Amino acid sequence: MTDPIREPIRFIDERTSSAPFLKKAMRYVFPDHWSFLLGEVAMYSFIILIATGVYLTLFFEPSLAKTSYHGVYAPLRGRSMSEAYRSVIDISFAHKAGLLIRQTHHWAADLFMASIVVHLMRVFFTGAFRKPRELIWLLGLLMLFTGLLEGYLGYSLVDDLLSGMGLAIGYGVALSIPIIGGPLGLLIWGAPFPGTHAFESRMFIAHVFLLPILIAVLMTVHLALVAARHHTQFRKTPRHTERKVIGVPMFPGYAPRSLSLFFGVAAVLFLLGGLVQIKPIWQWGPFEPYLGTNGAQPDWYLGWLIGALRLMPSFDVTIGHYTLVPNPFWGGALFPLFVLGVLGAFPWIERRLTRDYAFHNLLDRPRDAPTRTAFGVAFLTWIFLIFAFGAADRVFVLFQLSYNTQLYIFRIAIWVIPLLLFFGVRRWCRELQFAEHIEEVQEAAEEEASEHYAPPEAARHPAGDQALSA
Amino acid sequence: MLIALVTLFLAVLLRRARQRSDEAERIIPEGSAERAAENLAVGLLGLASLFAIGFIVAYAEWSAWKVPNELLGICLGLSLASISAALAVVAKRLVVTEQIEHDYPPEQHSQEEQEVTQMVRESGTRITRKRLLMGAGAAAGGALGIAVITPALSLGPLWYTDPLYRTPWKRGVRLIDETGRPYAASDIETETFYTAFAEGSSLEDLASPVVVVRLDPSALKLPPERSQWAPGGILAYSKICTHAGCAIALYRKPKFPVLEPRPQLVCPCHYSTFDPATGGAVTYGPAGRALPQLPLMVDGSGELRAGGNFSGPVGPSWWGVRSGKAT
Repeated sequence: MTDPIREPIRFIDERTSSAPFLKKAMRYVFPDHWSFLLGEVAMYSFIILIATGVYLTLFFEPSLAKTSYHGVYAPLRGRSMSEAYRSVIDISFAHKAGLLIRQTHHWAADLFMASIVVHLMRVFFTGAFRKPRELIWLLGLLMLFTGLLEGYLGYSLVDDLLSGMGLAIGYGVALSIPIIGGPLGLLIWGAPFPGTHAFESRMFIAHVFLLPILIAVLMTVHLALVAARHHTQFRKTPRHTERKVIGVPMFPGYAPRSLSLFFGVAAVLFLLGGLVQIKPIWQWGPFEPYLGTNGAQPDWYLGWLIGALRLMPSFDVTIGHYTLVPNPFWGGALFPLFVLGVLGAFPWIERRLTRDYAFHNLLDRPRDAPTRTAFGVAFLTWIFLIFAFGAADRVFVLFQLSYNTQLYIFRIAIWVIPLLLFFGVRRWCRELQFAEHIEEVQEAAEEEASEHYAPPEAARHPAGDQALSA
Repeated sequence: MLIALVTLFLAVLLRRARQRSDEAERIIPEGSAERAAENLAVGLLGLASLFAIGFIVAYAEWSAWKVPNELLGICLGLSLASISAALAVVAKRLVVTEQIEHDYPPEQHSQEEQEVTQMVRESGTRITRKRLLMGAGAAAGGALGIAVITPALSLGPLWYTDPLYRTPWKRGVRLIDETGRPYAASDIETETFYTAFAEGSSLEDLASPVVVVRLDPSALKLPPERSQWAPGGILAYSKICTHAGCAIALYRKPKFPVLEPRPQLVCPCHYSTFDPATGGAVTYGPAGRALPQLPLMVDGSGELRAGGNFSGPVGPSWWGVRSGKAT
């Protein structure tokens, strides 16, 4: 009698010699903590992005050639627009399920970036980036910044009013790079903004091929390195040590959980895509370089750059009448590079400062490393406040708080609040540690007291207190 | 297909339970059967099928007027959510969730590291001039690498910024609107602004669009050399912000006349603000360079024409921008 499970497994093993590997992979250990799922959410969003993105390329026309609109959306009929914008309007209104897929794609991009950022915070505050996992950390950072560019290009391809304004700012930032900015901008765009028509093809191939492949490769190596060194774990019990990883095996325990998460992520994204409108491009209209609109906001993950561009005081670095560094360079180029540099160098900076060159498979809780936690909170708050200022014009509209007042508040707050938080959080961590220490001493003392003196039940607690005070 | 996979997975579990007696020793610990959980999982999977069929029906019936996008999203989303819930039931109640231990890999493999080092070292013992060979290899690799990326320079002009200075404006060019109609000086009223283009230029040319406003001639504080640039108080400035290249789409009426005696031109991207009365000087926001002004004149038939080229290069700034002139 043939065994329907054994037979295919034997077929595969005989041809690939992979049974030992399969056995090992099925027993790969996943330590248990909810925060370990954040990276998976990012990976699953990426899968949804690929799937919906491929569908969109079947209808999207990456062309800036002008056409006149005669589709189903009446308010735009007769308007002159690019084929790119026209095809996205058609995806939204003329193709069955097109709007659902397009909006799901956009929501998935937002979730992809959000889950990467939260995952980054988890890894930072638990010290998971320490030796031997520094490369995994760097790969993750590269994915974050590649994702940023990928999202920006997707937003820009559509050629609606907002995407064109976003590209104009990108052009301004490119031009502002010292020495090479002007020639570089012309090289990328092929001509002064809005560039040659080929610029759309350049963005398209980068958005649908080069950058997704780069992200996929980075993700594969990221995961391969995680598996090679195994997952980190919290010190939940004394059995969790630097030598032994404890958790649920990939099969049968972990696989259905993770698949459930995948379907959950997909469900949320498709529900959002169906029910919650995102980037209604038909309302903005097509882009022309001479058009602009007030209240323009980019996707959330670019908000920190808008905030930085808006916060900078007005100056170009000049010698006499010669312009060296135009203003957008600081907020649009140097600021994100600085953040990337600090985060990328952090594992090595911390090691130098703490002289901790050891291997770490066990995670810290945030309180276990007060200075790191305090620095992380301060640094992220600094970025978050700059991000928040990017919405100051909306705050003005909603709450009537003058833009100018907000500008001066933020220019001070982005320095003062992180500094206060640094000292506050460090102290808080130390006090949590101290409180825990007292608890431990108290417990040890109680135990000792009960062992040595074996007092009557009623007298136990006072005895413990005495032991503590002594 | 996914539903089929899950069903197969369940079938495998059931069969495993039946074949228990055949197997020598269990690897995965035993657990008790949970009929209720199985029923729940089957029910959820059934629900997933129903929603999936619902999606197909909605798709077939779809038109923007009959079946809304929302229904498609709800059907697909709830189908996926049902599968997610079924898998959660499988994970929590139908498979055994063991805690197992595994050794972390060793910190290093000293023996193998040593052997690899030795192999690399020994592989080169026949070569007497290692430095020279490595140097030649690096040079060849570098040269070929540069050669391979050279074609990328065809993307655009190389180290040539002249196009950034070019504009379609020169003395005598008429100011036209979006539809091609020339502006007459008498068309321009105060307290509003107009977008004009250079006659004969593309609407996409960054250096073509200008904002045209009219101010009280007595309120103008233009530099002395520009005293003839604003006939009848009509002023024209490049519509492209010198900060990051967005269009100057706002003309702000003074809210607090004490602080702001005149209306200002504002870019909505980062709120760079320029004063039309003083030759486009930056009065607020991050821009570091004044808005280029276009000299105007009124011809015999009362139409607006450029009196020359801009006062400076148009668009966002770059290294050395101010030392060139708009051409």
